[in-house]
Amino acid sequence: MKKVVVVGNGMVSYKFCEKLRAIAAREEFQVTVFGEETYPAYDRVHLSDYFESSSIEKLLMVPTTWYQENDIELRTGELVTEIDRSSKTITTHKGNTCPYDYLILATGSRAFVPSIPGREKKGVFVYRTIEDLDQIIAYGKKVKRGAILGGGLLGLEAGKALLDLGLAAQVVEFAPRLMPRQLNEAGSSMLQSKIEALGIEVYLNKETTEIRGNGKLDGLAFKDGTNLATEMLVISCGIVSRDELAKTAGLEVGVRGGFKVNSQLQTNDPNIYAIGEAASYNDAIYGLVAPGYDMADVVVKQLSGDLSGSFNGADMSTKLKLIGIDVASFGDALGETAEAIPISYVDQNNGIFKQVNISKDKKRLLGGILVGDATQYGILHQIYQNEMAIPPNPEDLILGKRGGEAGGNAILDLPDSAQICSCEDVSKGTIVSTIKEKNLTNLKEVRTCTKAGTGCGACSPMVGDIFAATLKSMGQTVRKTICAHFDYTRQELYSLIKVKEIKSYETLLNEYGTGDGCETCKPAVASLLSSIWNDPILKQDTIQDTNDRFLANIQKGGSYSVVPRVPGGEITPDKLIAIGSIAKKFDLYTKITGGQRIDMFGAKLNDLPKIWRELIDAGFESGHAYGKALRTVKSCVGSTWCRYGLHDSVSFAIEIESRYKGLRSPHKLKGAVSGCRRECAEAQGKDFGLIATEIGYNVYVCGNGGANPQHAKLLAGDVDEKTAIKYLDRFLMFYIRTAEPLNRTSVWLNKMEGGIDYLREVVVNDSLGIGEELEKDMKALIAAYHCEWEKAINDENMMAKFKHFANSDEMDPTQKFVPLREMKKPADWNLESK
Amino acid sequence: MAETIYETVTSDTVSEWIYACDIDEFPENGGLCIQHKDLQIAVFNFTRRNEWYATQNLCPHKHQMILSRGMVGSDNEEPKVACPFHKNTFSLKTGKNLNGSLCDIATYPVKIEQNKVMVGIA
Repeated sequence: MKKVVVVGNGMVSYKFCEKLRAIAAREEFQVTVFGEETYPAYDRVHLSDYFESSSIEKLLMVPTTWYQENDIELRTGELVTEIDRSSKTITTHKGNTCPYDYLILATGSRAFVPSIPGREKKGVFVYRTIEDLDQIIAYGKKVKRGAILGGGLLGLEAGKALLDLGLAAQVVEFAPRLMPRQLNEAGSSMLQSKIEALGIEVYLNKETTEIRGNGKLDGLAFKDGTNLATEMLVISCGIVSRDELAKTAGLEVGVRGGFKVNSQLQTNDPNIYAIGEAASYNDAIYGLVAPGYDMADVVVKQLSGDLSGSFNGADMSTKLKLIGIDVASFGDALGETAEAIPISYVDQNNGIFKQVNISKDKKRLLGGILVGDATQYGILHQIYQNEMAIPPNPEDLILGKRGGEAGGNAILDLPDSAQICSCEDVSKGTIVSTIKEKNLTNLKEVRTCTKAGTGCGACSPMVGDIFAATLKSMGQTVRKTICAHFDYTRQELYSLIKVKEIKSYETLLNEYGTGDGCETCKPAVASLLSSIWNDPILKQDTIQDTNDRFLANIQKGGSYSVVPRVPGGEITPDKLIAIGSIAKKFDLYTKITGGQRIDMFGAKLNDLPKIWRELIDAGFESGHAYGKALRTVKSCVGSTWCRYGLHDSVSFAIEIESRYKGLRSPHKLKGAVSGCRRECAEAQGKDFGLIATEIGYNVYVCGNGGANPQHAKLLAGDVDEKTAIKYLDRFLMFYIRTAEPLNRTSVWLNKMEGGIDYLREVVVNDSLGIGEELEKDMKALIAAYHCEWEKAINDENMMAKFKHFANSDEMDPTQKFVPLREMKKPADWNLESK
Repeated sequence: MAETIYETVTSDTVSEWIYACDIDEFPENGGLCIQHKDLQIAVFNFTRRNEWYATQNLCPHKHQMILSRGMVGSDNEEPKVACPFHKNTFSLKTGKNLNGSLCDIATYPVKIEQNKVMVGIA
């Protein structure tokens, strides 16, 4: 076991611990972390949030308990003051010592305070730690205005903080523009005008020579002879590495300070590493969190014996929201490359400035600036970083393609190696493969599983785009697997069952699923098996929804309703009498349904077989009212009786209903046939509807009543009966094959790319060349039709299941009915105790 | 929920084992309801896991005597039953409502003695 001591507990220190523990347990590395501040590592990037929430907890990288849970000894409020390299020990300001095998210097930085006379005065602060913020907040309550020294990133952040405190904010910058390192003149002036519009005063070209005041400050004096009256000052002029330990320990430092490191992040003592803002690589200090995380990663790899990683500098591109204003800068933002060609766009009206700098040969994007609207940052930064080809008209980069459709999906053109989240170093390839492999269905899962977007959040829009593009690339619509137990869509399962000739749910689950199934996949698969083989459903009764399991519709109170088939709504007096007498005998409530048949309610489970024995004896068949199956084909009275009728709609409806009876589908199916355009059968509100014309029928599909009414759409006009049936065969089988579970035809069509035109191509013009196959499948299903009730009542084993108690013949004593007009109804939901 | 006559029984608190049915009367991966005095107990033969479970037959949502007719399945590793009425799911192990905030259902221990399925009650 090796002992690792980490000096400093900021963001990079925490990230180091997290990465180390991700690959190495306590048995390998014992870890002790010393932090000077009293709080454990917090999110310094979002420090200004503290002004709004005053909550340290929200800013903490992880709760304090994380360190215990991960076997990391955290000692906050303890400053390491000395390193003894010969004995490999550190000493703290409390006099404690701690030995190390590897020492990680993550001491960070402090605010740079220029040596201006008067900087010790009351009311002068730096903007760096939560303690600084607490002092600024406390002092801010006593004053009305405050100045910020420094118009860079951090200075403007501090300006926002003062605004949040309700103070008038004044930003003082030495350079002739704000954010001089990231923005050019034009970008900076756009930013300035937006900032000034928010009420922040901006003073440029001001070299502060004195902080004035008697004890506490009351103003600043500038070299040009002017003065600025103010009541407090926040100094934000940059950072200085905390490299105090270097001197006594004999560690080398960089030209601008910071522990000098090689590309392995080792100092001149190979057992001592430096990371984050404390490290100086090639004499550069990286004051952003992403390079710090990269460094942590390299060191963790070193310690674990993986010597492949190295740190070779970092991209200082940045995107942030400053006081609600988007600002981004990447690559050669200032166009300093020889013969770089700038292309810029200025929109004073909306406060937007964009500039890209492209190479002389117009083939590469060198860098750019976005102010006011940085939505393109993600993709531009990627194009820059990956040296991707740029459009023939490079202005399209910032203006988009004009006068036509939107340009190609640049996200998909990114190489897999493109780094999307620089904070967590997540590539496009990782995001895409994680989405696919883990079947992620929302952005939150993508963030959790890949960590992309969990750092500074700048890449979040891009992660969202990749998520959307990935889903789209996986199919026309978002791939919707049916549940956690099957990583397949309904359509895929349909093919599997058919091709592999799978006949049972258990077989499918064993071969293509995981776990024990659930109430979602069981009925969905049951439906598929029926739609493909049309075997008696009670062979596998426990995968059926309760209605299918007992071949009746469960109702309030646990009783069932019974609906025999009445094709086309045509019924003989004898059959009417039979229904009447059976209903009377078993004390059933009767009602005419919307589908032109008769529903009998209030049947007890134990009575269902007896009721059906009598119905079947009277010549009835199951009406499949309980199933996701063909329900009814409604008809008007048609030309046989009606003086307007053009064709015999009743006969045709009976023919169609008899053809498709027992057909199981993703959801219920309803049809209708109207004998003329008066449309008394309401065929345009059905899944399929036929309306007689002078010379044939118009075929309508995908209509719906119910919660979201939708008129059916014309699939084919003026076709003869034979053709109409051919189209219906194809249409219904295509729906059965491709719809998601529990999608009615209307919803299915709405989701279909190309809509009714596409559907017509497939069904009428056979564009997919599957017309014959669909007809053949339908023929097989029709041939396999059986009356489910007839099968059931002739099977003793099945009938034994139609009882409430397994150990007695009693009916359910809790089932109660109350009188309703001349019949009965179930008692209301009884929510009293039982 | 108001007072209930259904209280979870564990193997430690069983005072009586009542005979439910023979094993072969049970459907595979499904349940049956048995009556014992005023109690309706749903007994499940979770063939796939080779496990037996028993719960109250009453779904606490709309107070329907129905759970024995529900589909069994698993939520990750947790064995569950789904009420046929509104698809509320309950852990067969703990009785907890897995997809909502309904109150727990009572569970009972099950043992098999020579092909006989026995349910433990208090």
